Formats: sequence, C-alpha cells, structure tokens
Amino acid sequence: MPGLEDLYREIILDHYRSPRNRGTLDTPPAVMAQGHNPLCGDEIQVYLLVDGDTVADVKVSGQGCSISQSSASMMTQAIRGKSVADAHRILDAFRRMMGLEVADAPAGEEPAKLGDLEALQGVVKFPVRIKCATLAWSTLSQAMENAGA
Amino acid sequence: MSFDVSAIKADFPIFDRTIDGKRIVYLDSANSTQKPRHVIDAMTRFMSEAYAPVNRSAYRLAAESNDAYEGARNAVAQFINAPRAHEVIFTKNATEALNMVAHSWGRANMQRGDAVVLTHMEHHANIVPWQMLRDERGIEIRWIPLTDDGQLDLTDLSAILDGAKALSFTAMSNVLGTITPVRRLTDAAHAAGAIAIVDGCQYVPHHATDVQALGADFLAFSSHKLCGPTGVGVLWGREDLLESMPPFLGGGNMISDVRLDGFTTAELPAKFEAGTPPIIEVVGLGAAIEYLSRIGMAAVRAHEMSLTTYALDTLHARFGDEIRIHGPSNVEVRGATLSFDFRGIHPHDVSQVLDQSNVCVRAGHHCAKPLMRLLGTAATTRASFYIYNDERDADALADALDSASDIFAF
Repeated sequence: MPGLEDLYREIILDHYRSPRNRGTLDTPPAVMAQGHNPLCGDEIQVYLLVDGDTVADVKVSGQGCSISQSSASMMTQAIRGKSVADAHRILDAFRRMMGLEVADAPAGEEPAKLGDLEALQGVVKFPVRIKCATLAWSTLSQAMENAGA
Repeated sequence: MSFDVSAIKADFPIFDRTIDGKRIVYLDSANSTQKPRHVIDAMTRFMSEAYAPVNRSAYRLAAESNDAYEGARNAVAQFINAPRAHEVIFTKNATEALNMVAHSWGRANMQRGDAVVLTHMEHHANIVPWQMLRDERGIEIRWIPLTDDGQLDLTDLSAILDGAKALSFTAMSNVLGTITPVRRLTDAAHAAGAIAIVDGCQYVPHHATDVQALGADFLAFSSHKLCGPTGVGVLWGREDLLESMPPFLGGGNMISDVRLDGFTTAELPAKFEAGTPPIIEVVGLGAAIEYLSRIGMAAVRAHEMSLTTYALDTLHARFGDEIRIHGPSNVEVRGATLSFDFRGIHPHDVSQVLDQSNVCVRAGHHCAKPLMRLLGTAATTRASFYIYNDERDADALADALDSASDIFAF
C-alpha cells in the first residue's frame, strides 16, 4: 500500500495551512465558475480576470480537504500573471500528471513546468483523491471558457 | 447471555483477511454491513441446489424455490411482527420502498396543498421523493426541527402535524445516531389524521422491531444493512393501505389479467412485485434474519449500547475538546453511529489517514445534506459499530485518530 508520505508532502500541507490567493474578485470584469465534489462535499469558486491574453488575476474560495485546497492554491500560483496560452498548457500538463485523458503536447513543444504542482504526483496512487486534486482545475477550465479565454 | 464478539467475528469470512498484515477494522456498518458465512452459504446452496423461477412453474424445483422465497417473506414478517406476511413487499432497496410510498400512496392520497411532515435529520431517500411530488403536484413539505443535541424538537409537533396527510421520519439517524421516539410520533400522526411512514434503515438492524407496537403504517429497510446481500429491501405496509393504493411498477407478476385494453392487478404481495424478483437475494435476506434472530436483537442492542458508551468515553477521554461528536450523549436514545469533527481536519483527510491503519470509516455528507448544513459543515467523519465490533476496534479508531493529529498538527 502506498504510504501517506507520498500523498501528504510537506509542500502540500504548507499550501493547505497557508493557501495563496484566497478570496473573490468583482464580477464583472472577472468571471466566476463553481465546482463541487459530490462524494465529500468539497466546493470551490474560481474567480478569473483575463486582460487581453494574460491571466491578470485569479482567486479561489470554498472549502475542502487538504488535497483539493492545496491543489487550488498551487494552481493560482502557477497561472497568475501567465499568458492564457501558458495557462492552458499548465492545465493540460496537470491533467496529464493526474492520468486524465488529454491530447498529447504538440511535438517539439517544451512541456509546461509544473513547479510546486509536482508534489501532487503522489495523488495518482490514491485514485479516490484524484477528483480532489483536479476539482480546482476543472473549475478553472470552466472559468476560462466563461471568460472566452 | 454474554455477547461473544470474537465468535461473531469468526462467522464473517472477510475478517480473516489482512491488508498489509493488519486486520480490518470495519466501522462503516451504517453504510453497509459485512456478510456472515450463514448468508453466503445459504445463497450459494440455493443457487447450487434449488434455484428456479418463483410463482410461475409446475415443476418440483420451482416449488422448492418458491418455498424458499416465501419462507424468507414469512421470516421477515415475523422479524418485524407484521400481522400478515403478504404485507411484506420485497423491493430493490429501502430507497425504492420509500419511493413506492411517496409515488404510489402519495399520488393517490395527496393533492395540491396537502402536507407531508419530514424532519431535518432525514436521509435523501426520505426527502427527494417528496420533493418530486411537490414539483409534480404542489404538495407542501413541513419540517420537524432539531434540538442542540441532535434530537427532534417536538415543541410544536401538533401545530406542524395539523391537517397533514403523512408524517415520514427516521427511527434512527444515520448521521447522529439519534433514536427518535417512534411511538410518540406515530400516535401524534394518527391523532392529526395522518399516516406514519417509518424509515427503519438504521433501526431495524440494531433494535428489536415490532411494527404493531411502533404504530407504523409503513416501514422501509434494506437487506444489506443487516448482514444480508445488496439488491433487496423491504417495504412493510398496513394491508388496507397497500390494497387501496395503485401499483408502483407495471409488468409481469403484479397483474391478474392483461387485455389489449387494460389490466387488473394481482393480490398482495404480488401487486407490488413487478417482474422477476431478486430471488437469490431474498433467500440471503432470510438467512440474515435467521442469523440475527439467533443472536437476538435485544442482545444486539445491549452490545451496541455498551460499545457506544465505551467509544464515547474513550474518545472524549483521549481527545477532550479536540473531538466534537454530534448527536445525543445519552446512549439510551442513540445508536452506535458516531459522526464527528476531529481537530478541524477535513473528513476526507481523516478517513485517508485512518485507512493506513485499516480503519474503515465514511467521510462525506452521508446523503443528508440538509442536516450537514444545519450542523454548519459540508461533511463529517462517521464511524459506526455493529455486532462484529468490539472495544479493540474503538481503541483502534482512537489510535488511528492520533496519527491524523500527527500529520495535520497545525
């Protein structure tokens, strides 16, 4: 059985204890998307402000387990200030890491750097928690669609 | 008669299994229960030696099969002291049983503006079917609220019941463990001219059940929560109510005659058993009831009261203010189901850590989202004990919670 140290890495606990970019944004100009995990009651709101082709600001609210909350926190850190195109690449790379079906990165393209997010790799050993880790990201995907980004 | 948990545990083959060299501490019986050899063997033997369709064939094998099926019905009727065996209807599960009452009895007896009374501690299976009826034909839903310690607040009971057609409530909460004052509630319902529908899913497996003494008009419960297989549940209903309500599902077995221009229904119980029933599962349910009856439901209840007392004392002694256990502290009015908040650690994380020690608990809303909102939380961790649990299991729970503390010590 995989050990919990694979799941509860220090960096994950750090993001859980001190989540980055929590709060809300005025909508409009930002857009908001909601997601929830019916199995455990985790819920999340992702606020996204797109300016031109840049992710100008992103905030998350809601409540949930250490995996869902830390993933959300790391997500905001990873995409804030990046170009929309980069944000999409990071989103795809994260989904790939979680073992979700994603189109392969175009040949020759540098895989997006996931940084702190690599710590969530251990989640795939605990399939029940994959939904926790991806909750913020599917919600982000919805928000990006809402923003036309 | 002393309750020998080790002997009982030995009856359940799954407890021979170890995961990572550790025994399984199964604390999720409120969700579903493990199966004793007696049930497994009964089903296997039936499939190997006596399986045939019921009700429809003239050969001896079919007669044997029918005897086994109807024998189980009689066993259920005796188990709940139903006046007549044909008042026992086999359904897919308790959820289907409650839907049957809402849609079949409900549609025939409730019009726009008629009220059904529920409680704030109900399981979704006893909320959503009524909400569907509200969406469909505008019935009113009223609610009995809760006290601070998770019991029903009966202060305004007569007012809430005034003019209502039905009171539908759980006899034991799957979240709080609260045992409601069933007879008081059914009496109050009848005094108001309403029928009383009892959700017995948690109560029947853990408490001697007598539908006549309880004053119930309908009782729903499921096989898989009392050591029987999945796939079969029970609706018991008063004969006159079942006879006057229209059938629920239509098809074979529930008819007397079918012509091109219409049909007539069969007698009870067939009227509410459309299609091929879960024959094998019903045989399993019969065996489960045999198994529990041998132990004796009074003994089951006594064991659980003692174990719940031990668990509450142990958890409070070890964790004090850091653990908040919902529901009444008085074990006279609670079953062995403990939902709790532990040090603000999310239930998903608690159950993950507990899993490392093979302690199996449930994390989530337990199909009682309205109750969760009232408790001010999205989810709780829930540990529930049954006949195969003992004080060692309660200790294992406490030890495993300590490890959760270690990881999430903020």
